[in-house]
Amino acid sequence: MKKIMTGNEAFAYGAYLAGVKIGAGYPGTPSSEILYNFARYPGVYAEWSVNEKVALDVCVGAAYAGRRAVMTTKQVGLNVAADSLFYVAYTGLKAGLVIINVDDPEMHSSQNEQDNRHYARFAKVPMVEPADSEEAKSFVKHAVEISEAFDTPVIIRSTTRLSHSRTVVNLEEEPVQETNPEPLTYERNPVKYVMLPANARKRHPVVEERLKKLAEFAEDTPLNHIEVGDDILGIITSGVVYQYAKEIFPTATFLKLGMVYPLPVKLIRELAERVKQVVVVEELDPFIEEHVRLLGIPVKGKDVFPLIGELSTGRVRKYAQEAGLIPKGELKKVVSVPSLPGRPPMLCPGCGHRGIFYALQRLRTVTFGDIGCYTLGSAPPLNALHTCGCMGSGLGVIHGVDKVGVKDRTVAVIGDSTFFHSGVAPLINILYNKGVSTVIVLDNRVTAMTGHQPHPGSGKTLMGEDAPLIKAEEVARGIGFKKVDVVNPYDFRNVVETIKEHLKCGEPSMIVARHPCVLYTRERHTPYAVNIDLCNECGNCLRIGCVPISKVEGGVTIDEELCAGCGFCATICNTKAIYQLNGNKE
Amino acid sequence: MKKKIDFFLAGVGGQGTILTSDILSEVGLNCGYDVKKAEVHGMAQRGGVVESHVRWGEKVYSPLIEEGEADFLLGFEMLEAARWPHFLKAGSIALVNRYRIMPPVVNLGQAKYPEETEIETILSETGARVVWVEGAVKAREVGNLALAGVVLLGALSRYLDEPEEVWINVIEEMVPPKFKELNVKAFFAGRKAG
Repeated sequence: MKKIMTGNEAFAYGAYLAGVKIGAGYPGTPSSEILYNFARYPGVYAEWSVNEKVALDVCVGAAYAGRRAVMTTKQVGLNVAADSLFYVAYTGLKAGLVIINVDDPEMHSSQNEQDNRHYARFAKVPMVEPADSEEAKSFVKHAVEISEAFDTPVIIRSTTRLSHSRTVVNLEEEPVQETNPEPLTYERNPVKYVMLPANARKRHPVVEERLKKLAEFAEDTPLNHIEVGDDILGIITSGVVYQYAKEIFPTATFLKLGMVYPLPVKLIRELAERVKQVVVVEELDPFIEEHVRLLGIPVKGKDVFPLIGELSTGRVRKYAQEAGLIPKGELKKVVSVPSLPGRPPMLCPGCGHRGIFYALQRLRTVTFGDIGCYTLGSAPPLNALHTCGCMGSGLGVIHGVDKVGVKDRTVAVIGDSTFFHSGVAPLINILYNKGVSTVIVLDNRVTAMTGHQPHPGSGKTLMGEDAPLIKAEEVARGIGFKKVDVVNPYDFRNVVETIKEHLKCGEPSMIVARHPCVLYTRERHTPYAVNIDLCNECGNCLRIGCVPISKVEGGVTIDEELCAGCGFCATICNTKAIYQLNGNKE
Repeated sequence: MKKKIDFFLAGVGGQGTILTSDILSEVGLNCGYDVKKAEVHGMAQRGGVVESHVRWGEKVYSPLIEEGEADFLLGFEMLEAARWPHFLKAGSIALVNRYRIMPPVVNLGQAKYPEETEIETILSETGARVVWVEGAVKAREVGNLALAGVVLLGALSRYLDEPEEVWINVIEEMVPPKFKELNVKAFFAGRKAG
């Protein structure tokens, strides 16, 4: 039986087939679907942890206790979890521990383009890299086996293109579920698991010895293999880039690497002996190329292919032609990319964030932002966000701005899921260090941007069970914040007054703007329309950046099919030209 | 069986581009092809641009279509169809839904939505044949604007040799059960259009 699966679906399927029992992660495009799909298999437990570090620690605990575990993350999430990666690299584990990490070349949905292959070398742990969904499935099993054989966490590296492409997967016999699994007892071994300096000093040589053994393993594992072709070009490549290279160099000899760290030195030398020119085709950094160079083998790599951005068949062809690696071929008719109006993503019609950003725009605040749907508040015409670095950064940044003496209309905005992810610690920091910043939590009850995953403020778990609903305002009050208000973001006048009051209050404060994500709840009301005779063309409703509203001769119009009926435009219309239609369009 | 057929699908988030490309992939698999599909989504639901590549072949390596190699373009929206001429091969067929969704810059009066004739020129300069499909009109007739993608699939099926029952079976399998009948109707509305 064959099935078309995305890379992420195949990772989940592979984890299930490999007997992984525990999955934990934090949503992040392009990795989110792995855990979501894994959670649906029988006999497994999966959770959205509050952040990637907690997720990795949860998986470490499971693996220490003797159950196979998989942690999922996008590339920047591994930064958050890095502290835990480095200790577990030393301790090792009892059952298999696999981290599925998805890089995002081209930054389709990320703030930077880091190449996480460096983490393998940095933390001295093995890394495997599949090239299609079939391999995504089978490499999880390989990774679990390597993890247990070598007593090490293993990182699987994917990229956006692999995780979000659908390719054919062979279905396999499903594992038999143990009906009465024996209860686990925790095996105490403090010398291995307590990373005091004295113990850690004993573990470091173990790690170095392990790497040597893994390097030997890399020579013989079927994960790495030579595909014999002509004796002119020898291509070393891995991951989805292998697919592009196969199209461009159909007759070359290939060293296809399924294991990208540690690298198989003998295989690389064998390839070099077979061919006149070795070429490394890899996305982002010259990770493989530098290793080949250290072996003293002349190699072409980043002198041919770019360091920046995603590769594709077309890009590999272009650079290979320019470098003379393949013949120029017949010149294709060049069709220029037309210059057409763009279509950037916008806050949805009916989105509660709009009310806050419009108020902040009118109050001319300096707004320290964060990562989520609400980052779209930076887009024109709202233009209401002035910094955005990484998850949780805005609350620390605003405090620094405060401490250098800037007190003029500064606010930090953070989403609800982001608040639980990494906003609580800097919130405590503001209070403890006597800051006076105002924090606005944009609470839509769900992790919206990545596809509506539940979080501690949603009242549900990934497994679909009811859970305690944790509220940001109660966290703030519990910490000791005195000035805390909850507002409905559509209640524009109240929102403006509340923000003004908080800006003046001279103490640290929090506003929770609560409205469930309309894309998630599918909430729709009777749409609005415009009485063009009353419109004085002030342009207010065009400044809220709501797609259904457009400029026409003598006023504006609202697209009935797109309007969610939230009525925010009517609230801010000075001449009452916008009204709700009668009828029952639900 | 052809050596390879590449389909490029372009639309706006929320138009059903992704489901349509999933159906198209499944049809290829059912007809014995190796199939790969790539798409850019993530922020797609927020009204952004969606592009999807579907590749059928004896053996497909890259999930992405190379520029200048697409055999078919399925344009869910006129402006979006016009955005990708550089992917089209000479002699390819561009099936374009005659439907406009104004982007925000046009709504704000800062840019102009291109005329139908401009869009036709942009696409036909590549050597592609432009076929206008009344996808939105027919989808509304069948009962729901969201069916326009399946109307486009019906129109596409006229240019392919794959048997009708494969299309129908795959559609019935992949759409939510309560919308089965509507989707099949939408497919025929596209397939029968002259």
